[in-house]
Amino acid sequence: MHPKGNFVRILWAIMKRELAGYFGSPVAYVFLVIFLLLSGFFTFYLSRFFEAGQADLQGFFQWHPWLFMFLVPAVAMRLWAEERRLGTLELLFTFPVTPTEAILGKFLAAWCFIGIALFLTFPLVLTTLYLGSPDLGVTFCAYVGSFLMAGVFLSVGSMTSALTRSQVVSFILAVVICLFLILAGFPPIIQMFSGWAPLWLVDGVASISVITHFAAISRGVLDLRDILYYLSVMGFMIVVNGVILQNRESA
Amino acid sequence: MIEVRHLTKQFGHHLAVNDISFSVEKREILAFLGPNGAGKSTTMRMITGFFPPTGGTVIIDGNDIRTDSLAARQKMGYLPENAPVYPDMRVTAYLNFCAEIRGLTGRSRRDRVAETLERCFLTHVRDQTVSTLSKGYKQRVCFAQSILHDPDYLILDEPTDGLDPNQKHEVRQMIREMSPSKAIIFSTHILDEVETVCSRAIIIADGKVVADDTPGGLKRRSSLHGTILLTAAGPLPDDICPYFEKITGVSQVAIVDTEQGRFTLRIFPDDPETSCINRILTAANWKNIDILSVSVEEGRLDEVFRQITADPEDA
Ligand SMILES: Nc1ncnc2c1ncn2[C@@H]1O[C@H](COP(=O)(O)OP(=O)(O)OP(=O)(O)O)[C@@H](O)[C@H]1O
Ligand SMILES: [Mg+2]
Repeated sequence: MHPKGNFVRILWAIMKRELAGYFGSPVAYVFLVIFLLLSGFFTFYLSRFFEAGQADLQGFFQWHPWLFMFLVPAVAMRLWAEERRLGTLELLFTFPVTPTEAILGKFLAAWCFIGIALFLTFPLVLTTLYLGSPDLGVTFCAYVGSFLMAGVFLSVGSMTSALTRSQVVSFILAVVICLFLILAGFPPIIQMFSGWAPLWLVDGVASISVITHFAAISRGVLDLRDILYYLSVMGFMIVVNGVILQNRESA
Repeated sequence: MIEVRHLTKQFGHHLAVNDISFSVEKREILAFLGPNGAGKSTTMRMITGFFPPTGGTVIIDGNDIRTDSLAARQKMGYLPENAPVYPDMRVTAYLNFCAEIRGLTGRSRRDRVAETLERCFLTHVRDQTVSTLSKGYKQRVCFAQSILHDPDYLILDEPTDGLDPNQKHEVRQMIREMSPSKAIIFSTHILDEVETVCSRAIIIADGKVVADDTPGGLKRRSSLHGTILLTAAGPLPDDICPYFEKITGVSQVAIVDTEQGRFTLRIFPDDPETSCINRILTAANWKNIDILSVSVEEGRLDEVFRQITADPEDA
């Protein structure tokens, strides 16, 4: 394989191309606007941000799993499905590029893009600062948790995108898997299991849920285990992504 | 050198490429011919490392495409069928991206991209988005990509598809000019191209190599190779065919055409390589035939192509 300098260079070249692609198309701006509008709507109307009388962003972050469940697969669906449909995959994979470089480059670019969307919610933080004295540490942790959760959903979306040439199929598959990842830790589901299933199974199902880990982080508890959870789900999905791409029979 | 060894590709139950072997040296230009669905593109996709072969392998300059893929791909330039290019990128940005992937940086990248733009006649569309280009220009952008890093091995899948006659000519010219330092494989359905460009041609049918020869060698396989076409003025004389068939070295005479006070005969010699033109001309003089033109047929590639590929069962 080639030396390390090349790895970074190629990763960077692929990321740059992808990011330029995002901002060169109206889809990116539509996405940003929808994300900001929806998070504003959820925070101010459904969580009654002003009426709650508390200067924190719980009411903002609690909606993120549900927002990301739809928006992140929408970002991810074109990652590979589009390359396959256009036939550009044939060029990408006959360039001297390893599958790891290609997959990571695309993944990191999409993650950056979502990071930018998250960053653009900073006026909310400024608002809480204006209204009172929020715990900025907790806010920071919640942002990190939200970003990591987006990464998990993105890795799912990237994997389903590699499965098919159709962006719609990729989107639906990703939403279903994300929904499962969310619901697995939802109290009604846990209760449904806890009546009869052994404890380890209940814990097992609950622990693959992003909700459980996200709740902990967004309360301001940055536990290494939660972070490891996110990173390992992402790692797993990326490896599956690679296996799928390497075993494709057609373009 | 590109060495293709017993390459095989199976899609489900369908054997698309069936034990193909050949090798191409530098300075050689190899044309890949064959009917639609013969397996040309599939073979090229395996050579460039896009499809893993079901069996066999390809060695590019000592690097096995299966085990040492990156090193092998580094040395190749590839123009896939239908020239896939990211539609939302500008031409220069796209070529810059390809150059960066290929390891060109800084000044050398800028120079190389500018030079390639010029070479492929793309300079005036350099800032245009690919999706707004016509088919032929897209093809040129993808071709530019394949020669950008000056690779030693070039694999071109129908490089002149969709180009206008002038551009076809330019691309052929370019392929010939690049030839001394490269080994080039290109596929085509245009048989004229084979004669004007390549030094060798392989015909594939049903996933197998059915001919591997020089263009001249292929033409010699034509049933018309060495036949003499004779056109003369006046009405067709009676008994002209038996008259010519009596000449030593002539095996058969056929009437090709009689119209507007002239006629054309095709004379089949016994041996295509020994000329009997002199005797034919003398005999024609005896009969006071007013000859307008005489030509020797070299053979036609399209006829050979049809003969070789049309009915594999007959062969
Ligand atoms: N991804 C694939 N899955 C299944 N079958 C395939 C696939 N790719 C090609 N084939 C089959 O393999 C055979 C060879 O196809 P290929 O594209 O190599 O033909 P070709 O010689 O390039 O034809 P053309 O002149 O039309 O370009 C065809 O029968 C085709 O249907
Ligand atoms: Mg083809």
